[in-house]
Amino acid sequence: MDTKARQPKLGLREKYRLLTRDLGWDPTYQTRETLYPYAEYEGIKIHDWDKWEDPFRLTMDAYWKYQSEKDRKFYAILDAHAQNNGHLNITDARYLSAIKLFLQAISPGEYTSHQGFSRAGRELPGVGTQVACQMQALDELRHAQTQIHALSNYNRFYNGFHAFVQQRDRMWYNSVPRSFFDDAMTGGPFEFVVAIAFAFEYVLTNLLFVPFMSGAAYNGDMSTVTFGFSAQSDEARHMTLGLESIKFLLEQDPANVPIVQGWLDKWFWRGLRLLSLVGTMMDYMLPKRVMSWAEAWNIYGEENGSALFKDLARYGIRKPKGWEDASKGRDHISHQFMLGLYQWSFGTAFHGWIPTDEEFAWLSEKYPDTFDRYYRPRWNELRKLAAAGTPFKNYGLPMLCQTCQLPCLFTEPDDPTTLCHREVEYKGERYHFCSSHCQEIFDHEPEKYVQAWLPMNQLTQGTSGGGGLENWMKYVNLVDGQDNGDFEGSQDQRNFAQWKHNSVSNQA
Amino acid sequence: MPSNVFLVLQSNDDTRAIVDAIEIDNPKATITRQPAMVRIDAPNRLVVRRETVEEQLGNPFDLQAMHVNLVTLGGNVEEDADEFALYWDN
Repeated sequence: MDTKARQPKLGLREKYRLLTRDLGWDPTYQTRETLYPYAEYEGIKIHDWDKWEDPFRLTMDAYWKYQSEKDRKFYAILDAHAQNNGHLNITDARYLSAIKLFLQAISPGEYTSHQGFSRAGRELPGVGTQVACQMQALDELRHAQTQIHALSNYNRFYNGFHAFVQQRDRMWYNSVPRSFFDDAMTGGPFEFVVAIAFAFEYVLTNLLFVPFMSGAAYNGDMSTVTFGFSAQSDEARHMTLGLESIKFLLEQDPANVPIVQGWLDKWFWRGLRLLSLVGTMMDYMLPKRVMSWAEAWNIYGEENGSALFKDLARYGIRKPKGWEDASKGRDHISHQFMLGLYQWSFGTAFHGWIPTDEEFAWLSEKYPDTFDRYYRPRWNELRKLAAAGTPFKNYGLPMLCQTCQLPCLFTEPDDPTTLCHREVEYKGERYHFCSSHCQEIFDHEPEKYVQAWLPMNQLTQGTSGGGGLENWMKYVNLVDGQDNGDFEGSQDQRNFAQWKHNSVSNQA
Repeated sequence: MPSNVFLVLQSNDDTRAIVDAIEIDNPKATITRQPAMVRIDAPNRLVVRRETVEEQLGNPFDLQAMHVNLVTLGGNVEEDADEFALYWDN
């Protein structure tokens, strides 16, 4: 039986003080410098760590309480999904290409974030920050686990889910998210926090999760909606901490401003390139569309981003350098990327396809200035080739950008008919880039990016299975004819049709 | 021109009273219902007051319980036991 507490409940502020500040201490056996060896080399100056405060004032006891509640909700729905043939309630098996891509590209990134925040929590000297980083590290671990758990229900029935762990390390397109998170993790603790908590979580995460979750809801995917909402409830806190961290750094010392601005320029562009995967998914992979990438960019990029940078202007912070080019690319990137994925679909652990007439109409309505003019003609040509029984496959290896690791397939910001390509020579080697911004990132830290593990280069060096397409497929755990290729005629397509039919008839 | 702050909550039984309370306390807020979620935009400032939520709910309510149903937000956050606020300083 519950006993009524006699003492009045602690106020939120007092409780926060006791359960964060009061847990810290001043070291006496060791100096602060030996305890926190990475706190200064990035050039960030902090004078008073106590000024850092979590605006939610979340303490560990409340954290456990609400997180366990979130997990209980999540598992109740996950069980219902498994018990009620949830895998058949999606609009079309084609939808799962988006989910396969999510599991291979994003979920491992959640795990890497978990590692990164554990490290930041250890290396940043402020106790408030340590507590917040610890919570976020646990959140990210929970996200990785719940995503893998939720999607394991699809793995029982559909192809392309079985090897996401190996594919995270070996599959060419997964080197894009992997290099993004590895790049952040190998920065100092302050850069990591600015990169992930602010540039990614605050400025860009809405573009990833909100349209993705509505997409899942529109397409009958109860399991993804559930893990998405469960994760997103943590993201709102991460975003707030990200913004708070930035304001804290900027308020502590004017010398921090140019350093932070440099990180914002870099990480906004890195994040935006990563999200071209999401734009492609929204515009092409959802059988039932929610909103276009262009619309999402307008709401969550343009509108919210402008409000945010207006707010930060008083510190001397301006919009990231790549902002204008991001807006210029808004109506192009998803089309250019999907055209790439289609011609390389023999080498992807999800299916590609040519959009239907109905989808052409949707794309042309959402992209009135670009689709009919630049992209419909190319799709029409691909259609013709497919109809003639000679579908276009590009067996050449695409040149990858040394920074973002995407194929160099985007066009010049001011000319959608010219491929954008930059190159620089560094210590006798030539390096290629998809954009001026990616080149600038390289120029700033060449010794870091010359070490990039580029899957195409590895392939020609014979380190990825020993050479040849067949060996490469074994190396990346890709089952040819099942996981890859066109959705039209795939096993996923046949099975889904058969199972849907069986579910409303009495045939065995 | 003021910038909008916004709050997105899951659309479910727990959040109905919160959304009603927001409507009462923020006459300038715009409420948009989308599949599975509710989006609330307001110029410059938005508050969720514990007392108003409790009146709508007919039960005691801890503002931190909102964490369970948060989807996303935009703006600076300021929270204490009685009020959760989102604001822009510009």
